[in-house]
Amino acid sequence: MDTHDRRLLTIITEAALERALIADCRRFGAQGYTVLDVRGGGLHGDREGAWEADRSIELQVVCAADVADRIAEHVLAQYAAHYAVSLYLSDVKVFRAQKY
Amino acid sequence: MSLDPVILFFLLGVLARVARSDLRLPEALYEALSIYLLLAIGLKGGAQLAVQPLATLWPVALAAIALSAVVPLLLFPVLRAGLRLGPADAGSIAAHYGSVSVVTFAVSQSALSRAGLEPESWLAMLVALMEAPGIVVGVMLARRGLAGNSGPGVARRWPVLLHEVVFGKAVVLLLGGIAIGWIAGPAALAPIDPLFVGLFKGVLALFLLELGLVAGGRLGDLRRVGPRLLAFGVLVPPVLGVLGAATGVLLGMSAAGVATLATLTASASYIAAPTAMRIAVPQADPSLSIGLALGVTFPFNVLVGIPLYVELGRRWAG
Repeated sequence: MDTHDRRLLTIITEAALERALIADCRRFGAQGYTVLDVRGGGLHGDREGAWEADRSIELQVVCAADVADRIAEHVLAQYAAHYAVSLYLSDVKVFRAQKY
Repeated sequence: MSLDPVILFFLLGVLARVARSDLRLPEALYEALSIYLLLAIGLKGGAQLAVQPLATLWPVALAAIALSAVVPLLLFPVLRAGLRLGPADAGSIAAHYGSVSVVTFAVSQSALSRAGLEPESWLAMLVALMEAPGIVVGVMLARRGLAGNSGPGVARRWPVLLHEVVFGKAVVLLLGGIAIGWIAGPAALAPIDPLFVGLFKGVLALFLLELGLVAGGRLGDLRRVGPRLLAFGVLVPPVLGVLGAATGVLLGMSAAGVATLATLTASASYIAAPTAMRIAVPQADPSLSIGLALGVTFPFNVLVGIPLYVELGRRWAG
């Protein structure tokens, strides 16, 4: 079966950013996204997700490499200074190229 | 007088957390309980609005909005000059205190009933009115201080922030409940009373258990907060309580009304304000404002403040 190379951009951040991030991803050309509720900790402490201000999300976007780069660059410039942000890229293979 | 069981639930939560128990309420339950509490408080208030002449409430409503807006203006200079905080943190903390805590309100209503001063249910309207103004003023103060240095944020534009504050969960559910109660009236609400009135106290107790767990988890923040801010978190509520009580007396409110306005003025938000400040003033350190609001002021008000405000109401308006 034919497969196509794409990037998976994973952004783990504060739930307060969810709506803004999704709008950003759409604006930079991502065609879809997945959001998971997560909890965890980092250099600045733990985020346990027990109540409103303590929630974290993991936003996953499968898209073309250039789109992933543009989103990542934007997230780093716009949010990384003041929000808990963790992001990374991975290579994935998809079956239906037009979807991503 | 014996301790209110809801307070004991809160203490159990704190204790469990401090003792590193594995007790953890599912987040979905927390969410469901908070939706229930906000709706129930709104419904009860709305049902009474239906039988209350609205004209008499205007002065109180306007005073409540003014109090919420004035509190950050009073606290901001203290935080800036007295505690040497930057504009972002000072504005954020001021906003938390300008806005109000729904659960502190609920506990005060329960305390008033136990003290034999049955509170008027329409007082719930004040919670909805006092939620937003303090947040807006706090954000304005922070931004004025950061002028030119406002940095990136999600809600740089006011429409985004106002939408967040006005259509946030707390205000929508409170005002929605009030509207439903008002339109339907007490008789039509009777069939849903077993859920929203009968179970209220028990749900409040469960919610306080959860809040105890959360507040217990913020105790670690207190080390970062430091002794001066800690003193701020304990000294400010009674001072604001007196301000609220005096306003209530001037408006000719009942003893329960005076105590409630004192409680609301003295309380600090931890539902609407933290979320709003996160998107509006991301430079502010949330562990300071939330540590203060939830780790210091909420327990202080529940354990010490509310009995004090009830006594103020009894003496000044009795």
